Amino acid sequence: MTKPSIVRFKDAQIELAHGAGGKASRRLVEGLIAPILGNPSLDDAAQLNLNGSSLAFTADSFVVKPLRFPGGSIGELAVNGTVNDLAVSGAKPIALLSTLILEAGLSAQVLQEELEAIQQAAQIAGVQVVGGDTKVVEHGKADGLYISTSGIGLVDSRVNLAASSVRPGDQVLLSGAIGDHGITILLARGELDLEADLKSDTRSVWPFVEALIGMAAPGLRWMRDPTRGGVATSLNELARDARLAIKLYEDQIPIRDEVRGACEILGLDPLHIANEGQFIAIIAPEYAETALEALRAVSGGAEARLVGEVGESPAGVVYSQTGYGSSRIVDMLVGDPLPRIC
Amino acid sequence: MKYVDEFRDPKLIERAADEIKRLANPSRQYRIMEVCGGHTHSIYRFGLQDLLPENMELIHGPGCPVCVLPMGRVDDGLKLAQDPGVILTAFGDMMRVPGQMGTPLEMKARGADIRMVYSPLDALKLAEKNPERQVIFFAIGFETTAPSTALTLMRAKKMGIENFTVFCNHVTIVPAMRAILDSPDMRLDGFIGPGHVSTVIGCRPYEFVAKEFGKPVVTSGFEPLDLLQSMVMLLRQMNEGRAEVENQYERVVPWEGNRAALAAMAQVFELRPYFEWRGLGFISQSALKLRPEYAQWDTEARFTVEGVRVTDPKAAQCGEVLKGVLKPQQCKLFGKECTPERPVGALMVSSEGACAAYYNYVHRAEAVSGD
Repeated sequence: MTKPSIVRFKDAQIELAHGAGGKASRRLVEGLIAPILGNPSLDDAAQLNLNGSSLAFTADSFVVKPLRFPGGSIGELAVNGTVNDLAVSGAKPIALLSTLILEAGLSAQVLQEELEAIQQAAQIAGVQVVGGDTKVVEHGKADGLYISTSGIGLVDSRVNLAASSVRPGDQVLLSGAIGDHGITILLARGELDLEADLKSDTRSVWPFVEALIGMAAPGLRWMRDPTRGGVATSLNELARDARLAIKLYEDQIPIRDEVRGACEILGLDPLHIANEGQFIAIIAPEYAETALEALRAVSGGAEARLVGEVGESPAGVVYSQTGYGSSRIVDMLVGDPLPRIC
Repeated sequence: MKYVDEFRDPKLIERAADEIKRLANPSRQYRIMEVCGGHTHSIYRFGLQDLLPENMELIHGPGCPVCVLPMGRVDDGLKLAQDPGVILTAFGDMMRVPGQMGTPLEMKARGADIRMVYSPLDALKLAEKNPERQVIFFAIGFETTAPSTALTLMRAKKMGIENFTVFCNHVTIVPAMRAILDSPDMRLDGFIGPGHVSTVIGCRPYEFVAKEFGKPVVTSGFEPLDLLQSMVMLLRQMNEGRAEVENQYERVVPWEGNRAALAAMAQVFELRPYFEWRGLGFISQSALKLRPEYAQWDTEARFTVEGVRVTDPKAAQCGEVLKGVLKPQQCKLFGKECTPERPVGALMVSSEGACAAYYNYVHRAEAVSGD
């Protein structure tokens, strides 16, 4: 058995929720895109085997509004987003292609700044931008600037990542505090009378993944960067694909007070908020502590924590346990609380 | 986080849960209604039912504004939004509520200008910025949100903004509580009284529950410790044979309510003779409309509002769930045709709705197959 259920796409039209990374996105990809393109195993990054070495190949596009926000900008996201898709496939990022869709009227200054942001982020992430394409559309059709990047990376031969290799008893490792990016964007739009000292967490996660592979490769089962839809959505996908349960320890999940506060006020769940510089790793129990230490030893990794455990039942379900002995289901994101977050 | 963590302290929560178990008489059943949707959400989000003894059952009341809004009013609003000269604004909760024409989100995807706002003042600002368009605020909510609508209308009048109107769907909680108490299938032992509503109306309006119906009411906050303490207070009253209105949420709720908010409401609104509540039917004097002095800002006076009446989908049992006769999962559509993503009934839409809360936080089997 490959998939527990066949997803059908019956929606009459595309709505913002189809781009939110939650249930509707999944329906679109699994119910329409994958069947037509004829590949049941479409994933964020594909693996191609060529002459004995394994390459990871991925693409991502960026439509964030506003273009600049505390802690980053669309150019930086466009590099890190694609680099991170490669990294969590266990691949060392090597090269990127970058496609720019520019709206007539975009200030040359803004474009220059974003190109510099791309260059700088690529340098930090250790990848080269080796080509791309540029198109211009009429004023009013593209909100300034959209960027699409594709990337290629070399899969580390020591790892074998798959939902099917996850086992009950495995530990859930989270690289740092969650929700910073999504809440930063929300506040940067200035539509709410809320302010907080918060910045996007956008960064390449490859240094952390590299450290994990170095210290705990045999115990490394599965990784994902929880962007749109947040940690809850990534883990629900895993629970469903692996047909296992995932228990989270609510009081172990690192969340900044600014993020918690904004979520309390707005009625959002931090587990549904997008991240751009974090990842989740599922680790065999005997490697969990080593893996945690490896992450913490990397600069920027001090907030890494073990936040949960894989169990047998209820299969397909993510739930969260409070510090006082009660529990609740943690579902995928439904709808789209924050459109165009990346 | 200050003012939150204190009320989620595991040790104190454990102590309150133990006290509830000690006070609950094992030979009887306790059926307690939390009136307010915010409480329903908290109860599920914090998994509080796990901490209660088995003979203590929480019934989810009608205090979820989206849930009690009849489908016809949604269609009325969507029809207005079909006019390209109109910007329809609403709280986020409203965006996925289905009418017969679809949800506001679907209408928006088809090109209608429907925008989510966090406050009616944001809608008024939109009107200022778009003088050539008509901005309509789809107002919903109990006494919690009605004062902010009232203040917005007062400001619109003072500033002379003419392209802003309010489609008023504000309702009041007390007539709904009375309707539930009058219902022949009522089997409740006590109420966890609304928290946010009470910050406006105070505790006095609930006295009829204790005096006429002999049921205790405890006005409660929203944190786990608040709710558990309220249950302790209810159990103490029942054990001592008392039926009174008590205030657990004293740090926020003044006994007499908020006079300024009440005054603003009185200046702008008057009671409708009757209003339809989803699941509960027509309840007299249970909703607000704009006073004639505000007719210029009243969507119903300025535009043609058809007053569409839509009966609920036959198989959906929203009414029974809303009255506490059925549990969410006992509805025939629950988790099948009706899910938070594709809601049939409004109880599945709002995170304060009993069905959505139950589905999101408790319901386990469904998540395996996802859709």
